Amino acid sequence: MSRPSGRKQENHKISRELFVLTYGALVAQLCKDYEKDEDVNNCLERMGYGIGVRLIDDFLARSAVKKCRSYSETADMIAQVAFKMYLGVTPSVNCSSAAGNEFSLILDKNPLVDFVEELPAERASLCYCNLLCGVIRGALEMVHLAAEVTFLQDRLKGDAVTEIGITFLRKAEDRKHKR
Amino acid sequence: VGHAVLAINGTEVNGRFTADGKDVLEFLGNPANYPVSIRFGRHRLSSNEKLMLASMFHSLFAIGSQLSPEIGSSGIEMLETDTFKLHCFQTLTGIKFVVLADPRQAGIDSLLRKIYEIYSDFALKNPFYSLEMPIRCELFDQNLKLALEVAEKAGPFGPGS
Repeated sequence: MSRPSGRKQENHKISRELFVLTYGALVAQLCKDYEKDEDVNNCLERMGYGIGVRLIDDFLARSAVKKCRSYSETADMIAQVAFKMYLGVTPSVNCSSAAGNEFSLILDKNPLVDFVEELPAERASLCYCNLLCGVIRGALEMVHLAAEVTFLQDRLKGDAVTEIGITFLRKAEDRKHKR
Repeated sequence: VGHAVLAINGTEVNGRFTADGKDVLEFLGNPANYPVSIRFGRHRLSSNEKLMLASMFHSLFAIGSQLSPEIGSSGIEMLETDTFKLHCFQTLTGIKFVVLADPRQAGIDSLLRKIYEIYSDFALKNPFYSLEMPIRCELFDQNLKLALEVAEKAGPFGPGS
């Protein structure tokens, strides 16, 4: 029995509906477990972090990309390659600081919230997709880039767009190159 | 010279006794048992020894990339000796995959990348595997074995020859 040589041929498609339902069930359960929105958000972020630290190697192994040489390249990589690979969408990237270390990803379409219109009144500050922030943070950490990732705007909360902000903190590996 | 008796007449030997409880020296001393076939070889490394050697290599790798006259050196990619070649692939996440092979074996680069894929699938996606611990995942071992077989069969000219 021979296996297909490229990873691309091994796409076992699972229904998107199942994925969305699973995510929704996760959030619903967390809402039952925790009263405060902040706790749910934190929990989602932590779970995402756990996913991110593992997902990064899958991303690197499958996409065989080269090392990014700037924060800007990294942000582009996340938006154009990673988001495309895992969620099938390509957010647009903006650099929002002169220092070049703050970026935002504007999500036009977000499969996770396709079937969610707005948050219930008692969950007004819930970041429904906070898992994504954790994933990005965990993945970046494994390639030695510390970052803070949060939702700056959220359509579910009534904002015009859904915007994820990535702020790169001090790079850890610069020390090596100082001679 | 570091070699030990590994097997007698096909039965594996552990220390002084064979797998079926016979004393090796006694067995070899009895002419009635001749002719006898004895396999000598180096001991297989224990897990601890492997860990020790791996951490030694990890340090050498770090020193190597610092010593390199080229800025931003990637570290040791290959170590060549008369009897074997050591290939090392470091991922962007800092994981090193090390393969020891015959000097004439080709296709190790693609083998290393294949191993990266296998690791990211069967180790990382196993929720019961904790990062940085020894990998004791059945599926990982199976797929690794398959990949090694493919690479070995390919011989000195790489897969597809």
